[in-house]
Amino acid sequence: MSSAPDLNIDHVAKLARLALTAEEKAKFSQQLGDVLHHIEQLGKVDVTGIEPTAHAFPIINVWAEDVARAGLTVEAALRNAPAQRDNMIVVPKVVE
Amino acid sequence: MADALFFKPIAELGALLETKTVSSVELTQGVIARTMAVDGRVRAFNSYDEADALAQAAASDARRAAGQARGPLEGIPVGLKDVISVAGQPLTASSKMLANFVSPYDATVTAKLKGAGAVIWGRLNCDEFAMGSSTENSAFGPTANPWDLTRVPGGSSGGSSAALAAGEAIATLGSDTGGSIRQPAALCGVVGLKPTYGLVSRYGLIAFASSLDQIGPLTRTVEDAAIMLGAIAGHDPLDSTSFKADVPDYRVEVKRRQGPWRLGIPKEYFGAGLDPEVSAAVERAIAFYRTQGCEIREVSLPHTQYCLDTYYIIATAEASSNLARYDGIRYGHRAKDAKDAVDIYFKSRAEGFGPEVKRRIILGTYVLSSGYYDAFYLRAQQVRTLIRQDFLNAYREVDALLTPTSPVPAFKLGEKSDPLALYLCDIYTIGVNLAGLPALSVPCGFTAGGLPVGLQLIGQPFAEANLLAMARVYEQAHDWRLKHPVLP
Amino acid sequence: MNYEAVIGLEVHIQIKTHSKVFTRVAAGYGQPANTLTDPVVLALPGTLPVMNKAALDAIIKAGLLLGCEIAPVCKWDRKNYFYPDSPKNYQISQYDQPICLGGSVEIELPGVARNVMGEHKRIPLTRIHLEEDVGKLNHFATESLVDYNRAGTPLMEIVSDPALHSADEAFAYLTSLRATMIYGSISDCDMEKGQLRCDANISIRPVGETRLGTKVELKNLNSISFVRDGIAHEIKRQVAVLERGGTLAQETRDYDGQTGTSQSLRSKEMAHDYRYFPDPDLMPVKVDEAWKEKLRAECPELPFPKQRRFVEGYQLPYTLTSVLVWDRALADFFEQAVKLAGQGKAQAVGNWIVNDLLRELGASKREFTELKVSPEHIAALVQLVDTGSVLTNAAREIFVEMFATGELPGVIADRRGLRAAPTDADELEQWCRDAIAANAKAVAEFKAGKDSAINAFKGPVMKAAKGKGDPKRVDAMLRHLLAAT
Repeated sequence: MSSAPDLNIDHVAKLARLALTAEEKAKFSQQLGDVLHHIEQLGKVDVTGIEPTAHAFPIINVWAEDVARAGLTVEAALRNAPAQRDNMIVVPKVVE
Repeated sequence: MADALFFKPIAELGALLETKTVSSVELTQGVIARTMAVDGRVRAFNSYDEADALAQAAASDARRAAGQARGPLEGIPVGLKDVISVAGQPLTASSKMLANFVSPYDATVTAKLKGAGAVIWGRLNCDEFAMGSSTENSAFGPTANPWDLTRVPGGSSGGSSAALAAGEAIATLGSDTGGSIRQPAALCGVVGLKPTYGLVSRYGLIAFASSLDQIGPLTRTVEDAAIMLGAIAGHDPLDSTSFKADVPDYRVEVKRRQGPWRLGIPKEYFGAGLDPEVSAAVERAIAFYRTQGCEIREVSLPHTQYCLDTYYIIATAEASSNLARYDGIRYGHRAKDAKDAVDIYFKSRAEGFGPEVKRRIILGTYVLSSGYYDAFYLRAQQVRTLIRQDFLNAYREVDALLTPTSPVPAFKLGEKSDPLALYLCDIYTIGVNLAGLPALSVPCGFTAGGLPVGLQLIGQPFAEANLLAMARVYEQAHDWRLKHPVLP
Repeated sequence: MNYEAVIGLEVHIQIKTHSKVFTRVAAGYGQPANTLTDPVVLALPGTLPVMNKAALDAIIKAGLLLGCEIAPVCKWDRKNYFYPDSPKNYQISQYDQPICLGGSVEIELPGVARNVMGEHKRIPLTRIHLEEDVGKLNHFATESLVDYNRAGTPLMEIVSDPALHSADEAFAYLTSLRATMIYGSISDCDMEKGQLRCDANISIRPVGETRLGTKVELKNLNSISFVRDGIAHEIKRQVAVLERGGTLAQETRDYDGQTGTSQSLRSKEMAHDYRYFPDPDLMPVKVDEAWKEKLRAECPELPFPKQRRFVEGYQLPYTLTSVLVWDRALADFFEQAVKLAGQGKAQAVGNWIVNDLLRELGASKREFTELKVSPEHIAALVQLVDTGSVLTNAAREIFVEMFATGELPGVIADRRGLRAAPTDADELEQWCRDAIAANAKAVAEFKAGKDSAINAFKGPVMKAAKGKGDPKRVDAMLRHLLAAT
């Protein structure tokens, strides 16, 4: 692990779809820099041969039978919609 | 002087309701009145619906009159943290992002409580999206600690702990990802239980960190916690991470089991950063257990120093993905002047999320991003295995662990502004979530300044019955639960 | 410079289940907008996924049909990206532990002539995994409307090795894959309904070169024909670029089937960092031998093996089998009819089905399931013709009526007087003697060894019999008489 992980906050904010102000970028960079510095010490742990924990207790083969059940009415589905037309969600033009 | 109704535990109220000394409507009216009287100062609630609560109470009384009372929770007003879905009620996560969102469905725990006859009362404040240790990150303003209104109630379930402590609910549900039930319970002088991961369904809980989150009860007494846990625990086919374990009758077991037990004191939990008054109270509690014939021995959890970092990598990584759905498209806050669909994301999320949430999303996105996944996320999951192994190793020699819940008592509102400082509030609680273990906080005294102190008991997987019994033995020999904050 | 095209296909196939892959609201197509949603589909706060068992069964079956290795354990991962048709802004998919690995698709290339079987090849697969489909965006001038009905439908992603080398091979690959899925009742593969979608990765390299050239992804290939045409067009385009000394850009191109042209899709401004990590809300799946065996027992014989069996076992010509085997119901119908009519009658049965049944079916615009005729009808008709009870022309008439009414052929023959007149043996003998006597030249030719000379007598005999002569009996009688002269 590098000693000073460079957090490219512009790039990460873009990935996370967060528009940050210049002020936020500066402040967060500094605050997260401190956190990251702390987190780096994980690099000291010897993890050779250690399996990552995906789930605390191993359960496998969890599923349900393929029986359809009632969903939401259109009204309920769109009740919280910020914009709708013809029973569909409206978004400004999606630029491909 | 006898407690007001709103300060009585479930068990006692159950008897009063059963004998029809009191009706659910009267009880609920009392709770509502208390809320009106004090919540202006405590600010535990994001919203409440009096008419709805009274209608539920009336229905409960009708059931009881017809001989169809459903059990110990019949007619009892229970407050739910505003991250637990209630059909037809707001579900805001204390965030501007969901300020206007009304949920169309019940969380499984909500349905279970309704099925048990409880009266669902209000939407309780919390840190935004459950991210925080003081409830100061709520977009709707912080909650105050009823024991000292200039101090925090803890977080993220600060509304749940404060409302309960102030008599604005008979019991509450919170959620715990890194200590968010236990720490506020400790800071507010109430009992708070985080179940074993998988014991209680997460369906309907706004996800923060999927592999760490659990819903749990905050109550006045340990027996109440047993009653609440019994109502909400159990396998849920709607939650693939929910465990198919037999659920014991906790209420029976909590009284039946008397110990003695072998208790471990992890040495790493009593070092730097621990407030001396907290330490003293916990030491007194340990001494008590010794008098009960419990074997007390020091154990070591050698990877404790890595818990915080492991947690903040895993939790933020999962959160960054869980919070991606909050985009202003199908529901929630949508920015007004977005120029295209992509712009909606950037602007809505910028406007809808508070700074702590943004920080954690950024951190979580970063640790998952290309080139960093192995060094951070994968490594953290490996260290997590070691942390869990530490606990399981200790459990070869002891039945449970005793630690302080929080390193400090309730601090002043605004006192801790540095994110890292707030993260350090969780040092004793975090490892438990990483290991998926059950733990509870039980009141174990007060500081000289009158602030509550909590004792944490950490148990073996699915050993809540034991844990509750251990806590009750301590509780019954002390009278901390009989003390209530006096609000000016 | 001779170039070789290297093509890999990524095919998404919707699995036909009652409910969606991670929640139990109904799956479906063509329903009013946003009527197939629930809190999980819409990614409302607090919702969680639960795996659909039938989707798992279907994909394992698909893997078995395609000869894949079924992973003993697999898991699901989150593919994180933002798009309005993706409610969670991550897609639940499988990254590094997919449920099926390897496998292959048998394809048949066009033969030198229509009635000649083309070369068969096996196209190796890389993997097959299970994921969820996204919603549908309807684009308008200044806004887009989103319908989430499709979101959450179970999807198989089938990735081939870059082992196809022509547009024809791609066409054959999709045809075969589609037939396999329909045969296995895994999907209806209707491309118009979005049940089968295909993207192609195409590169070219000089013949003999082992390294791969610059890869271009081709999207929006909305029919199997467009896949072929689009690939052919792209190969041409790439060759043209290289031949005039240009360089190829690694890009995604959108193919327009109507105009037969493609254009570069604006390269995404945002980097595609999917930040895959194991989905903490879903548990791994372990597939044991018992599970595989149970599904293996449900696997049908696929078209190509069936075709080989028909050719060898029933001695059917290739063209006949080509029509029979691509529709499982039709093939089963055929085999049932042969069972009733007798192994030796397979060709006759086949002809009735391929010529008359399909013609009538097409004209009636009925579904195969709505047929009024059964294998019994065909077998009965074959027998009537075989025994001379009905002549071929009459049989054709009977078929049409039989198809429409479902009556047995014998019943129709009797009612309409279509049975061949049982020609008086003496009468027949006389007509034959007359014909032989009238044509000494043909007699001589026949005796000299020219067997076809016998046909010269048949016309006059049939004329005398007023068309109702049974050709077989006529032939037999003539030979009998000729042998004696």
